[in-house]
Amino acid sequence: MSGSVTELGFRLARQEGWNQSPVIERDTDTEQLEVAMGPHHPSTHGVFRMNVTLEGERIVRLKPVFGYLHRNHEKLGEGNSYLASMPYTDRLDYFCSLTNNWAYALAVEKLAGQAVPERAEYLRVILAELTRVQNHASAVGFLIQDMGASGTPLMYAFREREKILDLFESLTGSRMMCNYMRFGGCRVDASTEWLDRARTVVAGLPAFADEFEALLCKNEILMARTQGTGVLRPELAINAGVTGPMLRASGVNYDIRKVDHYGIYDRFSFKVPLGDHWDVYDRFMIRLLELRESVKILEQALKDIPAGPVMDPKAKIRGFRPKPGEAYGRIEAPKGELGFYLISDGGPDPYRYRVRPPSLINLTVLEDMCLGQNVADVVLILGSVDIVLGEVDR
Amino acid sequence: MLGEGILKGLAETAKNFAGSYVSKERLTTVQYPEERIPTAENARVFPFLVFDGKDWESGLRCVACQICEKECPPKCIYIEKSKDKKPDYVGKPQFYPARFDIDVSVCMSCQICVEVCPFEAIKMNTEFELATDDRFGGLLLDRHKLAQSNEYYHKIHPTEAAEVDARLAEEKAKTEAKAKAAAAAAAAKASAAAAAPKPAESATEKLAEPPAKAAESESKQGGGGQ
Amino acid sequence: MLERLDQVFVLFKDWLVAFLPASWQGVVGVIICVVAIIAVYPTLFALAVLMERKGLGRMQNRYGPNRVGPFGILQPVADGIKSLTKEDIVPLRADAVVHFLAPVVLVVAVFMGFAVLPMGRNMVLVDLDTSLLFFFAMMASTELSVFMAGWSSRNKYSLLGAMRAVAQMISYEVPLLLSSIVIVMMTGSLSLVRVVEAQNHFTGILPNWYVFTPWGFAGFIVFVIASTAETNRSPFDLPEGESEIIAGYFTEYSGFKFALFFLGEYVEMFAVAGLGTTLFLGGWAGPISFLSWVPSWIWFFAKVELWICFFIWIRGTLPRLRQDQLMNFAWKFVLPFTLFNLVVAAVWRFMGEGWLRWLVCWALVVGVYALAGRSGMRREKIGTRIYRYAD
Repeated sequence: MSGSVTELGFRLARQEGWNQSPVIERDTDTEQLEVAMGPHHPSTHGVFRMNVTLEGERIVRLKPVFGYLHRNHEKLGEGNSYLASMPYTDRLDYFCSLTNNWAYALAVEKLAGQAVPERAEYLRVILAELTRVQNHASAVGFLIQDMGASGTPLMYAFREREKILDLFESLTGSRMMCNYMRFGGCRVDASTEWLDRARTVVAGLPAFADEFEALLCKNEILMARTQGTGVLRPELAINAGVTGPMLRASGVNYDIRKVDHYGIYDRFSFKVPLGDHWDVYDRFMIRLLELRESVKILEQALKDIPAGPVMDPKAKIRGFRPKPGEAYGRIEAPKGELGFYLISDGGPDPYRYRVRPPSLINLTVLEDMCLGQNVADVVLILGSVDIVLGEVDR
Repeated sequence: MLGEGILKGLAETAKNFAGSYVSKERLTTVQYPEERIPTAENARVFPFLVFDGKDWESGLRCVACQICEKECPPKCIYIEKSKDKKPDYVGKPQFYPARFDIDVSVCMSCQICVEVCPFEAIKMNTEFELATDDRFGGLLLDRHKLAQSNEYYHKIHPTEAAEVDARLAEEKAKTEAKAKAAAAAAAAKASAAAAAPKPAESATEKLAEPPAKAAESESKQGGGGQ
Repeated sequence: MLERLDQVFVLFKDWLVAFLPASWQGVVGVIICVVAIIAVYPTLFALAVLMERKGLGRMQNRYGPNRVGPFGILQPVADGIKSLTKEDIVPLRADAVVHFLAPVVLVVAVFMGFAVLPMGRNMVLVDLDTSLLFFFAMMASTELSVFMAGWSSRNKYSLLGAMRAVAQMISYEVPLLLSSIVIVMMTGSLSLVRVVEAQNHFTGILPNWYVFTPWGFAGFIVFVIASTAETNRSPFDLPEGESEIIAGYFTEYSGFKFALFFLGEYVEMFAVAGLGTTLFLGGWAGPISFLSWVPSWIWFFAKVELWICFFIWIRGTLPRLRQDQLMNFAWKFVLPFTLFNLVVAAVWRFMGEGWLRWLVCWALVVGVYALAGRSGMRREKIGTRIYRYAD
């Protein structure tokens, strides 16, 4: 490490490495301070680094550095068969494995031209909405913990999440890495006993949503910290390709469930909430309102689910070789638009396997949201983007 | 009024504090390892090989077809086929694995090996307390460590095991029925050939065929009746 | 008999001191009292740390520490052993002398404050005429140690934390002092012993504590807020904001020095709790007249423990305030409200006895609080919102 020590100033180490942003030597005559938040940090939602340049308490520049969790997902996809990539998709956004599975299954079904039976579509919707509920509850819980309420509301959110994860375990075999969707349907059928338990869990969700909303809406400290911080203008959101609750909190009406009509979402009546102030508070309230809409969808789906097979009988598990072509399958994941782009050359492995990660694309606007804010707000703004590093880095 | 939300928050916390002493809903901690939550029936942790009967080596259902090895995403299964064959549950001679290693530190519990196995030989175990301090071989399970009896399978996954047993019994019944039908047809043909007056060469030819067929069907029957 | 129980510590000290010649008795008596304080408060600190962890745990629907002893009683012992045996790392470029002195200054300043707190009848170490002033002087010295810690560590995070801490503590010193000025106005003396004696009367069975008067109640609320900010407790713990800048001004401390900082912070909590009890909650006076037979020191320590429980309760509930919001709150809301409280106290004094002054003063306090609160929220544009749905 080179550099000299000044009497009253600070020396910032010059760091070597191709992926490190160059750190400038300054002494305290100028006022800018460069701080690296992360990757070892209690609040960055994973191994994620932000090089923040501060002037006093205000942020002048912010450079995110990620890649600490890169696991070669896309290259592995090229070497593995289509079925073998399914468990790897669980591990992309490890909070919401079932929606990842569905997006991938959708892409492959488009590629191979497969149809999905009715009951399987209903089960997919039920599981995806349960995933959305537990993701949004945890996201709000993590926000409040980042604000310093020492985890009390997070524990409430996790109590509900545990009930949902228990449901997942008894159906798919695993709490988080579910590996449940297959090309042409779902892996196993859900028993009536499981559906009854799901109905019980869903019946308890509105009370939980009320409790959580009371916590957010009335607490003055929370409102003072989140209202007005991290404003994202709708034009910038659309230009940057931001999707999901972040986009809807910036007032843009774009929900892929309503736009693409994938699955059987047309049969359920639910509304899309929009935000008017485009700040952190809006993003969290939108997530809570979406949680309530998901509960509505769940109630309808659990009531209407028909009997029948859950797997297309003509679908092949082994020796699956779709015809040459390409397909892009996307769904409204809890984090945003999750898309899989597949090119097939007729063989058992895809020629190109590409994931459109919503967390990464939502992160591109982090600097714009954080400029001019206090460093204490960076953590809140990052929490409101709701990233999962498994998806950002793949 | 200012402070109202704060007071409501304080009331909520106090409710949780007091409630944690009286109700289980407000204190959901399970003190592991003294208390344990029973695992769900469908839980999957790591694979194991099923064997029928008392002897694990001869009762292993696995015929070393190596389908699971090919389909495993992280490639954690290593199989070596045997040189000789032994009879399976319907009596047909099959290869068996001379070596069947699974590296459970690599295995990601995806259950694809179970899905693709045509012989119901590999299933998912629910045992997860496998921690060991042996870095190199401690988590490499060979076929002896992987072999568990069918009774054990019934214990951990009762509904699934019952379904599998029903399916296997059905398969066995079908093969037996087929073998009986083939034996009856062969016996009928043999008696018909013996009864009909025919030229010598064709008679000897015909006589030569049925005994071979009868012998084969007899061996099948013998194996099926085991 | 109960009289003797009430004075048991004083009698014990007198008996010990009687063994010595007369010229030594004064000095040795003081030394015994000092040793007693230094022994009692760290023990209370250990219990408070345990209570905090278990209390927070229960509020978050989980057990606190419960493995080390029965119900986790030995957890502070384990923590103490851990911090004593950890390596004491001093950063290479840190200013070693200042780095060493910072926790020492904190602990010394904080313990000095106990010299003037009356912990029971006749149980004050030094009965100064200006004991309140002395106490505040000692509390203000703790800010110096915070800045020494942050500056000497030569670390960005520490410096950020130290500057935030000092700004926060200075902003809240003023409301803290002003809220106790009201008490001084009403009692007519800066001496804490006089303050407690003035509250040790009963009207009927209800006590004459200052917290039950309108100006006393307003002063109590302000004192609670300001003391939480002074001791860097949640929701004002941005200087040690765990999720943001790790540990703030004591990032670079490890081992025993860290334990000393921790001890200093908690003992400071006990000190301001003790002061708050003395000023507002009647000190060692009992709450109901027929319970006066309970020894006075039991009342004092019970009330201090209640304060500590309240601090823990607040910590488990509220998120952190941001630095500028904290300062805004102090200068634009708390300080004007405290100044207005002085006016209310004056109105009380000059209105004479009777129910009218109760009515007027309560109306003034509640009205001004509500108005100031509403205008403050509106100025910051904070409020509940209604959301629209897409069609």
